[in-house]
Amino acid sequence: MSATTTATLETEEAEVGFLVRAKGAWTVRLVRDLDGPLREISPKRARGRDAVIDLTGLTRLDTAGAWLLHRTSEQLRVAGLRVSYRGETAEIRTLLDVAEGYRFGFNLRLPRPPAYIQLADRVGATLISVANEVRGLLGFFGLLLEVLWRTIKHPSRLRVVPLVHHMERAGLDALPIVCLMTFLIGGVLAQQGAVQLQKFGAEVFTVNMVAITFLREIGILLTAIIVAGRSGSAFTAEIGSMKMREEVDAMRTLGLDPMDMLVVPRVLALVIMLPLLTFVADIMGLVGGALMVWQMLDTSPGVFIVRLSEAADFWTFGVGILKAPLMALVIAMIGCYAGMRVTGSAESVGVQTTRSVVQSIFMVIVLDALFAVFFTAIGI
Amino acid sequence: MTDDDPIIRVRGLRNQFGSQVVHDNLDLDVRRGEVLGIVGGSGTGKSVLLRSIVGLQRPTAGTVTVLGRTISEMEEEERKRLEQQWGILFQDGALFSALTVAENVQVPYREHLGLPLDLMDELAALKITMVGLPSDACTKYPSELSGGMRKRAGLARALALDPDILFLDEPTAGLDPIGAAAFDTLIRDLQRTLGLTVFLVTHDLDTLHATCDRIAVLADKRVTLQGTMDDMLRSDHPWIKEYFTGPRARAAQASATG
Repeated sequence: MSATTTATLETEEAEVGFLVRAKGAWTVRLVRDLDGPLREISPKRARGRDAVIDLTGLTRLDTAGAWLLHRTSEQLRVAGLRVSYRGETAEIRTLLDVAEGYRFGFNLRLPRPPAYIQLADRVGATLISVANEVRGLLGFFGLLLEVLWRTIKHPSRLRVVPLVHHMERAGLDALPIVCLMTFLIGGVLAQQGAVQLQKFGAEVFTVNMVAITFLREIGILLTAIIVAGRSGSAFTAEIGSMKMREEVDAMRTLGLDPMDMLVVPRVLALVIMLPLLTFVADIMGLVGGALMVWQMLDTSPGVFIVRLSEAADFWTFGVGILKAPLMALVIAMIGCYAGMRVTGSAESVGVQTTRSVVQSIFMVIVLDALFAVFFTAIGI
Repeated sequence: MTDDDPIIRVRGLRNQFGSQVVHDNLDLDVRRGEVLGIVGGSGTGKSVLLRSIVGLQRPTAGTVTVLGRTISEMEEEERKRLEQQWGILFQDGALFSALTVAENVQVPYREHLGLPLDLMDELAALKITMVGLPSDACTKYPSELSGGMRKRAGLARALALDPDILFLDEPTAGLDPIGAAAFDTLIRDLQRTLGLTVFLVTHDLDTLHATCDRIAVLADKRVTLQGTMDDMLRSDHPWIKEYFTGPRARAAQASATG
């Protein structure tokens, strides 16, 4: 251990008074173990009224070491001793001056209120933010309806190119994933249903079960959730990053309405595409179910189609497909609204995108539940 | 290694992105205890050079030697030790947004040294005073600070471990002239008191006049000229001439000498 890799401290009572000897390299990497002993130096041990801090043994010093020296000298001074340095060079003086520039009494830690207040605080803040969110969303819904009405009255305001672009992005590009997911879920549903129904010899009703659950509920629900995760989040991220780079503001100053330019094409694109996607999803789900039934129960596709036409009428399919445009409206609206809420930072794009996906999936399921009640009440 | 050896030595550096060559056969020396300003037009790779030296960007070819050790040949452990001997101030401070200013400054203490809490608080407060921030800035989050204060806080974090070398990337960009001048003075003062070697990437002619001992000009994919301000003014290179004797340069020179 050499003098450049250690920092040590000695105290003794000498002729000149109470002597504190600093030795070695007092640098930030080495002073950790000196902190405690330095704090414990008790001025009571001093017999006289003088204290000397001896710096002649120092090989290196940085601001952290200088701070410890200064703190110690203050500590002794407060106790009524006269403190002087021995072996002070110009470099050491400069560093000590830096350390002396700092006054005690900085508050570095954020004040933390007691846990119960924090809890109440967070509950309250969440409630208020939810209320604001609902209010904002309702306001945005109103604005959107107004803009849509304006677009219907003056169809020339509609931006056709972005509309088609978003129809391709949100609809056509989603086909592979929607097909794959619904095909697999259709198969799984048929398989699980067949196993259970076989137990009481009712396996012929597997087709009814698959057809009705898929056409009424699963097809639209699955598609809406995939679209919410895929396109709702994309809407938020796209509009959000435009908002962040002030593109939206630039649009306004050029006399273009961001609602016309950004929101309406996206909303309309999704309202048109989600029913179409749902239609494809229904077919793929039934195909998956049919294949599984064929494989497990030896019900040939021909028989499947006959049983299908007995089990489901137009409204079984209609109930599912009717929900699609409304869910599309909600998903697109939440996605665009969250995008518009993005403020300056990149972090806020991330926050809003997460929020948009969570909210739209939640709303899709709530809507589905409401529809189930409604359609049961009107008897279809 | 003697004191006369350059603290940073770059030899034959080549940086290439796809087919675009940014640096080709670039040589650069930074001497111990000097403030070296790096200037160059937009897109000449000033920041890329900084990133290559500190190892954030792996060069296509060439060697970078810092404090006598070659960056690309180092083991992980050795690298970590070396990284503690330099501090970097990124353009907008690059403070961690989830931490307060004081916590940002304490990150290196916490991660590398495991200092006692009280000492960490004292040292952080000392660094924050050193860079001229008011005491109430300690508990603020980066988003609550102005651009100039964020840079100062970033500087406090860069100085936390008392580094030998300080890298500054456009320290005065985005500051108003008064704030920029104050920042120049701060850098110069800190460099003198702490004996730092400063590697400074800048566009700002006032900063060059106020703080730099020597200047290196990046042009034609390498360091075209390295020398003092007087060397720059004497150069015949068209870009250097335009840069250092254009109308804005004359104004900066006038304010530096007057």
